[in-house]
Amino acid sequence: MLGYLLRRLAQGLLSIVGASIVIFVISRLSGDPIVLLLPSEAPPALIEQVRHDMGLAEPVWRQYLIFAGKALGGDFGNSYRWQAPALSLVLDRLPATIQLAFAGLAFSILLAVPFGVLSAVYRGSWFDTFGKGFAMLGQAMPNFWVGLLLILVFAIHLDWLPAYGHGTLAHLVMPAIALGWYPVAAQTRIVRSAMLDVLDSDYIRMGRAVGNPEWLLVWKYALRNAAIPLVTVLGVYFAAMLGGAFIVETVFAWPGVGRMVVEAVFSRDFPVVQAGVLLTSVLFVGANLLVDLSYGIIDPRIRYDH
Amino acid sequence: MQQTVPAQAQPLLRVENLQTHLYLRRGVLKAVDGVSLAVGTGETLGLVGESGCGKTMTCLSILRLLPKQSGRIVEGQVWLDGIDLTRLPEQEMARQWRGRRVAMVTQDPMTSLNPVFTVGDQVGAPLRAHGLASGARGVRDAAVKVLRHVRIPSAETRLDDYPHQFSGGMRQRVVSAMALACQPRLLILDEPTSNLDVTIQVQMIELFRELQNDSGLGIILITHDLGVAAAICHRVAVMYAGRIVEVGDVRTIYRRAAHPYTRALLDSIPHLGVRRERLASIGGQPPSLIDPPSGCRFAPRCAHRTAQCEREYPPEIQLAPHHTVACWHPLHEQA
Ligand SMILES: Nc1ncnc2c1ncn2[C@@H]1O[C@H](COP(=O)(O)OP(=O)(O)OP(=O)(O)O)[C@@H](O)[C@H]1O
Ligand SMILES: [Mg+2]
Repeated sequence: MLGYLLRRLAQGLLSIVGASIVIFVISRLSGDPIVLLLPSEAPPALIEQVRHDMGLAEPVWRQYLIFAGKALGGDFGNSYRWQAPALSLVLDRLPATIQLAFAGLAFSILLAVPFGVLSAVYRGSWFDTFGKGFAMLGQAMPNFWVGLLLILVFAIHLDWLPAYGHGTLAHLVMPAIALGWYPVAAQTRIVRSAMLDVLDSDYIRMGRAVGNPEWLLVWKYALRNAAIPLVTVLGVYFAAMLGGAFIVETVFAWPGVGRMVVEAVFSRDFPVVQAGVLLTSVLFVGANLLVDLSYGIIDPRIRYDH
Repeated sequence: MQQTVPAQAQPLLRVENLQTHLYLRRGVLKAVDGVSLAVGTGETLGLVGESGCGKTMTCLSILRLLPKQSGRIVEGQVWLDGIDLTRLPEQEMARQWRGRRVAMVTQDPMTSLNPVFTVGDQVGAPLRAHGLASGARGVRDAAVKVLRHVRIPSAETRLDDYPHQFSGGMRQRVVSAMALACQPRLLILDEPTSNLDVTIQVQMIELFRELQNDSGLGIILITHDLGVAAAICHRVAVMYAGRIVEVGDVRTIYRRAAHPYTRALLDSIPHLGVRRERLASIGGQPPSLIDPPSGCRFAPRCAHRTAQCEREYPPEIQLAPHHTVACWHPLHEQA
């Protein structure tokens, strides 16, 4: 168990380091922040001066090492734009993003599990067929489009929900749906096919043969087995939610890390981009680790010692 | 190996001319094609035959647990306790019959238990479903009692264990406990011992016999091993390609098998645990059940076949009070 944990932690650290290199290099390739910081008519001497002061004159690999060293201590530098520590800016936005990601994931699971179970139980029926078509439709709609559609219908036409912002549960509904929409189809398929296998298993047949009612067999005895494949990929879906949050937060003016990073990208505010993305990748890794550790709860056969 | 058929007027189970079809894409598969059999209280009937001859389908038909999409009983009756199960609504079948009066233990004890629930939960479920126990405490106590009944050591503590923590033999007991929890009148065992080693097989056989003596349980034992059948059954029904070709009490079958197929099965019994290739003594394959031949289904593989065998299905002949065979040329008549 401990060995397994350490191995997973090491893997996680490696992915975070990888992510930090990628994000560092990409943000350097995307353009020169000096151009944004100084007016275009600034004298070349001043430009050189600022470049030197900000450490932007060093070779890229040195810049990375300096960056990484400081990042370990939580220092990503000050935001060029807000003149405040980038990490604390991003951390302030973190709860909103986590809230949204969880809500999105919860929405998708809440839809995918019953859909998957019912389309397995009634396979080949109109429900199954309709579900498949519906899922395909869902997959064809990107989350920003779903978001805009929701705003159009529920905020503008019906005036039931606020179009943007943050604070109440009502504010959360549409962003969560827009974010959680996309994975519903894939998750439904996972649950459906797992459920088909399980419903055809000896132990469910045995359950029938001793007279357990069908609803109990489906929703208790089969579902927990069929949920295992879904749980194993939940970490991936949580990551997808964090990724999707970048766009959905922007559509709904949701004050999360994603929106802040998108804005920072446009203003070439490197420290904020780096802090935001790195924090997101730490979240990825943490979520996947948590999911791995939770298999044991749902599946008692897993021991983590092989 | 002394077994006498318990005397009774009315058998516990009477299956009459059962026909079960599987509607498959490649055609209608006549998995059970006119099977009749009876089981008395306290009696064990062995149902033997090669793989694919329809043993499991016969029993799934009795329980009405055929594959939902493809399986149908198209003909015949299944009388249990004087009720025709084929006519019961599914609701009633589930609530009052399955697990309560007739239960089945499926083929493989290693896969018959749900891996993610405790043994206590699974053994308790039928008790709860049939209203024989209620409340967490009540179900637990009842489950312990059942586990003790099948001789599982320290049942109280093992209740919270998961199936993977049990050995093969113990799992077989747990599965049996599930089936016996509500004290059914008829128990169907689908090859309960085939995946276990010989000592465990013997223990299981003894356990079932003991339980049977205590409660008058009727048992159908499915196996393709006539050796196992000899050890535990009172009577044996031999099945071939969807039909029963010979029925008799165990002694008659072993001493005076009349059907050439039964003879071939007997000749293939492994000795001292040495597994021989099944039916090494006769070559060939059983016929397709989608398009079975009109004559005797065993004829193509039979050394004694005549033109008549290939033309017409043989009628059932009563050779002795407890011995019938469907064969144009029964072996002992000629001898
Ligand atoms: N789910 C199914 N779909 C299609 N055909 C099936 C299905 N189950 C059984 N069959 C077919 O029905 C026939 C009877 O099968 P059955 O399972 O009753 O045989 P069996 O005598 O129990 O064999 P075994 O000793 O291997 O368990 C076989 O020809 C088999 O191929
Ligand atoms: Mg079978």
